[in-house]
Amino acid sequence: MITVENLTKRYGIATVVDAVSMAIPRNAISVIVGTSGSGKSTLLRMINRLVEPSSGRVLIDGADTRSEPAHLLRRRIGYVIQGHGLFPHRTVAENIATVPRLLGWEDARIRARVEELLQVFQLDPAKYADAFPHQLSGGQQQRVGVARALAAEPAVLLMDEPFGALDPIIRAKAQEDLLDIQRRFGTTIVLVTHDMDEAFRLGSHVAVMSVGKLLQFDRPAALLRHPADDFVARMTGASDRAMKLLSLMTAGEAALPGVCDGPTVAASASLRDVLSELLWSGRGAAMVMGEDGIARGHLTVAAILERARP
Amino acid sequence: MKISTSAVLRLVALLVLVAFLVSPQSFAPLFAPLTQYGAPPIYDQGNLAVLTLAQLATVCVAAAASTLVAVSLGILVTRPAGKQFLPLSRTLVNIGQTFPPVAVLAVTVPLVGFGEKPTLIALFAYGLLPIFENTITGLKTCPPQVLEAAAGMGMSAGQRLRSVELPLAMPLILEGIRLSLVINVGTATIGSTVAAKGLGEVIIAGLLSNNTAFVLQGGLVTGLIAVLLYDALAALERRVCRSVQFD
Amino acid sequence: MTSNAITLSVTRLRAYRIDALGAVLVAAGAAALLFLPFVLFKANRIVPGEPRALTELLPLWGNFACGATLALAALIAVGVGDARVRLAAALGGLVVVALAAAAAANALTPAGNRVVRVAAGPAFWVLLVVLGLMATDALTRLRPRPAMRVLYLALTLVVSVLVLAHGTFDNLSVMREYAVNAGRFMPEVRRHLWLALGSLGAAVIVALPLGIVCYRVPKLRPGVLGTLNVVQTIPAIALFGILMAPLGALAAAAPWVSALGIHGIGAAPAAVALFLYSLLPIVANTVAGLKRVSRSAVEAAHGMGMTEWQVLTQVELPLALPVILTGIRVVLVQNIGMVTVAALIGGGGLGTFVFQGIGQTAIDLVLLGAIPIVVMAFSAALLLDALVETLDRTKA
Repeated sequence: MITVENLTKRYGIATVVDAVSMAIPRNAISVIVGTSGSGKSTLLRMINRLVEPSSGRVLIDGADTRSEPAHLLRRRIGYVIQGHGLFPHRTVAENIATVPRLLGWEDARIRARVEELLQVFQLDPAKYADAFPHQLSGGQQQRVGVARALAAEPAVLLMDEPFGALDPIIRAKAQEDLLDIQRRFGTTIVLVTHDMDEAFRLGSHVAVMSVGKLLQFDRPAALLRHPADDFVARMTGASDRAMKLLSLMTAGEAALPGVCDGPTVAASASLRDVLSELLWSGRGAAMVMGEDGIARGHLTVAAILERARP
Repeated sequence: MKISTSAVLRLVALLVLVAFLVSPQSFAPLFAPLTQYGAPPIYDQGNLAVLTLAQLATVCVAAAASTLVAVSLGILVTRPAGKQFLPLSRTLVNIGQTFPPVAVLAVTVPLVGFGEKPTLIALFAYGLLPIFENTITGLKTCPPQVLEAAAGMGMSAGQRLRSVELPLAMPLILEGIRLSLVINVGTATIGSTVAAKGLGEVIIAGLLSNNTAFVLQGGLVTGLIAVLLYDALAALERRVCRSVQFD
Repeated sequence: MTSNAITLSVTRLRAYRIDALGAVLVAAGAAALLFLPFVLFKANRIVPGEPRALTELLPLWGNFACGATLALAALIAVGVGDARVRLAAALGGLVVVALAAAAAANALTPAGNRVVRVAAGPAFWVLLVVLGLMATDALTRLRPRPAMRVLYLALTLVVSVLVLAHGTFDNLSVMREYAVNAGRFMPEVRRHLWLALGSLGAAVIVALPLGIVCYRVPKLRPGVLGTLNVVQTIPAIALFGILMAPLGALAAAAPWVSALGIHGIGAAPAAVALFLYSLLPIVANTVAGLKRVSRSAVEAAHGMGMTEWQVLTQVELPLALPVILTGIRVVLVQNIGMVTVAALIGGGGLGTFVFQGIGQTAIDLVLLGAIPIVVMAFSAALLLDALVETLDRTKA
């Protein structure tokens, strides 16, 4: 859906992004991960032309991003940054309504959209629509930032370290909410982070960057099983890749047929969580229960350990 | 020692100024084209050097008084005992700056007569605000860990004030004094409307007799002094406060 | 005394809560009343005033009312902590003192006599300052919201104008001067405001874009700010004078210029000088205000697809506005004061009265000019401060 073709960015003699090519799939979350200085933020900002490439191009749905003025392109792409960048002098509702207003939507449509988004992000419109950003907590501000980016129903959402400023408990909730939002709106999301755990949690595809080069772009499991080089192997966590691999699979996928004597776990729980629970309780097996209340099968510790290998 | 172009410019300006004040008549040909009907090109109703020094003296006395009052007041209102006076002091000092100096001048003349006194009062009132606000900010933004360390070492409140708080606040206080002083150099010219001795005399004589040369002489000398004083005090400030650095 | 006894006495004093400021003010006020004359009687305008004490001028009930009110105010100043009560006491005291002065003036002026001048004496001014300080202190403690402050100002001005028009104070020397100069007063006030506000307006039109350019192009800053700084150091009267010659030459060379009212003397040099003085604070504050705008808000605005112009007008300028308005406030107050000096070159305005008064040694004429100038400067400062504070509160 988004095709990055040989994108390069040079500042003087320094090459910040070096001939990066990748095909970002539609309707999924792709995460670009790397240490600071790897060029990941610059790469992201070349997609919505906040930074103009030195060479190479970006195609969105086959159309070159340079075929229209930059500011018009950006009105079709949602953009969320760390530190949210909410306008301090405008209310929450006015902030969210920014791009729809730029696009000339009618007032009624804007009002309806603002209310819808506030509900989706669990902010009571009656209380928060007319509040100012400084009256909100950090977590609420972050949510308004994402709501604002989604206001004009963009097909693409770019996020640059959006959860960096949140404390760990709120961050986990925010990540969950993002997965929900993506499922609900079907947006193509490109997210930049330096946190590998976050990348594995959120991304259906993960790109690992280092010193401007794209080292590997693949599904998380593939990164763990077949890392392209030592760097990728180290970054994805050489020491706990077994646990990482387990965290990528759900109990429902791995359930063995039959019943057993033991506690019940949800089919959507990750194998890592199930293993942890079994070890803690000292039991050897558990029943896997689907959301609909129908049993899917069972899991044993041994069966789980089998999965923890490439 | 590296000498920058601005330092050279300043030195030249200072030399020209001193030359002009010491021997004004030698600049007569320069100012002659600005006069009409054969009026004297150089101010001759008084000694320019004396007038300049008189104006500087007035400004410095007023600055000394402002500094004394503003710094003392600033120290007082940042102490726990004096906190209640802070809003009022701030309002009063603000009023001092809002009253146009000319109005203060005009109102105090009947009380203290003509001459230097009303000018001193007007400059005093006008110059309080920068020093007061900077003293307060300087004392308030003292890193609390430093104060706590000082108290922990057994320093009394007075010793803390003298050895820790004031030295740390000094750069800001000096900055305020510098600002106040330089603004007052220009404002002091108004004092000549009430017969205070100063360069304003030269300017007003020029205004009354339509002699642009006089006006320029008075104005340029005042302006040059203000600029040179500003730079000189800035250099002094840097030297005095070299050891005080914040990250 | 042992330290225990001292601590006990201090505690007892604290229990009575004697207000230090109140005590000082009461002492000053009482000393003034007792030792300084309340009014000065002048047989005519030029003769120096003879001191008169208040007690011999008012009837018994007048003296009693005056004394009681002031005594009550003094007690409240020393003993009562509640700001609203203190404010009421101070205002009451001010009203009583003002009325006493009016009554004294009436008492000393034979009916129909237009020559006698009764001026407010030192005791009056000291009491005014003391009660004013008490009121200011109380108001500062109450910390009214910006809108309320503007309302109080408007009320005070309206009430004052009404009372003055009513004629209660007509026999006081200042109002006598007004009566003599009534025809010139309002035109000069208008001229004063026109000059101050006009030069400010012109300066904003030039300085705001200049400030935005200086913000965008940092290389320009030293040059522009340096030049404007040099302009600031030239004393006002010198700049007025320097501009007189070129403007005079211009008016002589091009008749249409002088037809517009621009001459070498008069308002034109003053207006140009004020315009030049107004530039630096506005340019400097525009740059400073824009620098303080949150970088992430600006980046988010760009990222959302706003054009440069939209980012400037919808995000950067609104957020920089409080600082810019502070610069405008400084300029307005400065200009109101400087227009006074413009009278020296024939620019008109209330300075005319001030300098005429100085020349004639007539303090009342000086006051006729100076008091409105102070009121205008103060009101302008209050209004703009209230505006800045209102804008700031939405952003915290």
